[in-house]
Amino acid sequence: MATVTPDSPDTAHAADEHAHPSNWLYVKVAIYLALLTAFEVFTYFETVHGWGDTAIIIMLVIMMLLKFFLVVAFFMHLKFDSPIFWRLFVFGLILAMAVYMVMLTAFRFW
Amino acid sequence: MADTMTSETTAAEAATHAEGHHTSTGISNEKLAMWVFLGSECLLFGGLISTYMFNKGRIGPDDVGPDDVFDIPFTSVSSFVLLMSSLTMVFAVSSIARGDLRGNRIWLATTAALGATFVAGQVYEFTAFYSEGLGFTTNLFGSAFYALTGFHGAHVTIGIIMLMSLYVMSVRGNLGPERAETVEIIGLYWHFVDIVWIVIFTIVYLFPQ
Repeated sequence: MATVTPDSPDTAHAADEHAHPSNWLYVKVAIYLALLTAFEVFTYFETVHGWGDTAIIIMLVIMMLLKFFLVVAFFMHLKFDSPIFWRLFVFGLILAMAVYMVMLTAFRFW
Repeated sequence: MADTMTSETTAAEAATHAEGHHTSTGISNEKLAMWVFLGSECLLFGGLISTYMFNKGRIGPDDVGPDDVFDIPFTSVSSFVLLMSSLTMVFAVSSIARGDLRGNRIWLATTAALGATFVAGQVYEFTAFYSEGLGFTTNLFGSAFYALTGFHGAHVTIGIIMLMSLYVMSVRGNLGPERAETVEIIGLYWHFVDIVWIVIFTIVYLFPQ
C-alpha cells in the first residue's frame, strides 16, 4: 500500500496548493493597490495640464490591469490555487471581452 | 511500527485535510462553482460596461453629462474604501484558516462595515446626481450609468448580507476552522466585486470624457 509520509512530494504539493501567503504579503499588495489608485487619480487632475487623451487612457488601462491582476493573483489566491480555477475565470473574461469588442465594433464605436 | 503507523496516519490525515475534497476533480465543487459563476459574471458586467461606453457620449448639447456630475475626489475615497475591504477580507480568510475565530469575526465585521460605507457613498452620489438633474431616464448616459453602477451596488449589498450571515454563524458557533472554505468562497465573491469596481472606476470615472 502506498503511504504518504510528511516529506513526500504528494503531501508537499497538497500543502503548497493550499498554502496561504503571510499577512505581510497581503499588506504589501494593498500598498501597491493604494499607490496605483493614487496615481490613477493623479492622471485625472493632470488632464487639465494638457497631457494627451491617448497617453492618459493607455496609462490608466495599464494601471487598471495591474490592479486587477494583483487582486486576482494574491487576494483571490489564483497564484497559489489549482490552475483549473484560473482557466475558468480567464475563459469567462476573454469570452466577455471578445463578445463586447465585436458588439462595439458592429456599432462603429471605434 | 507503532510510530510508523502514527506517522503514516497523521500524514494521511494531513494530506486529506490539505486536499480535503473527495471529488472526481480533486478540488472543491463549491469553489469550482463559484469560479464558474464569477466567469459568467464577467459577461454580465462586460455587457453593462460596453453599453455605458457606447452610450456615454450620446447626450444632447444641453443635457447633463459626466463632466457636470462626477465628483472624482469623493469617488476616489469610496474606491479606496472598497479596495481596502479586500485586504480585510483576506485577513478574515487567513484568520479562520489559523483557527482564530475572534479575529475572523473582527475582520468579517470590518469588511462588511467598509462595504456598507461604499454603498452609503454610492447612495449619496446617486442622490446628488439626481438633484443635479440626472435621472435614470434623463438621457442614455444616465440610464447606462445608473444601470452599471446600480448593478454593482446591488452586488456589494448582497456581499454585505453574506458577510453578516457569516458573522452571525460565527457568533452562534457554527463557523469553525473546518468551514474555512465557506469564508474563502464568500471572499472570492467579495474580491470579484472589488475588481469589477477597479474597472468601473477607471473606465467610467477616470477616462477622459
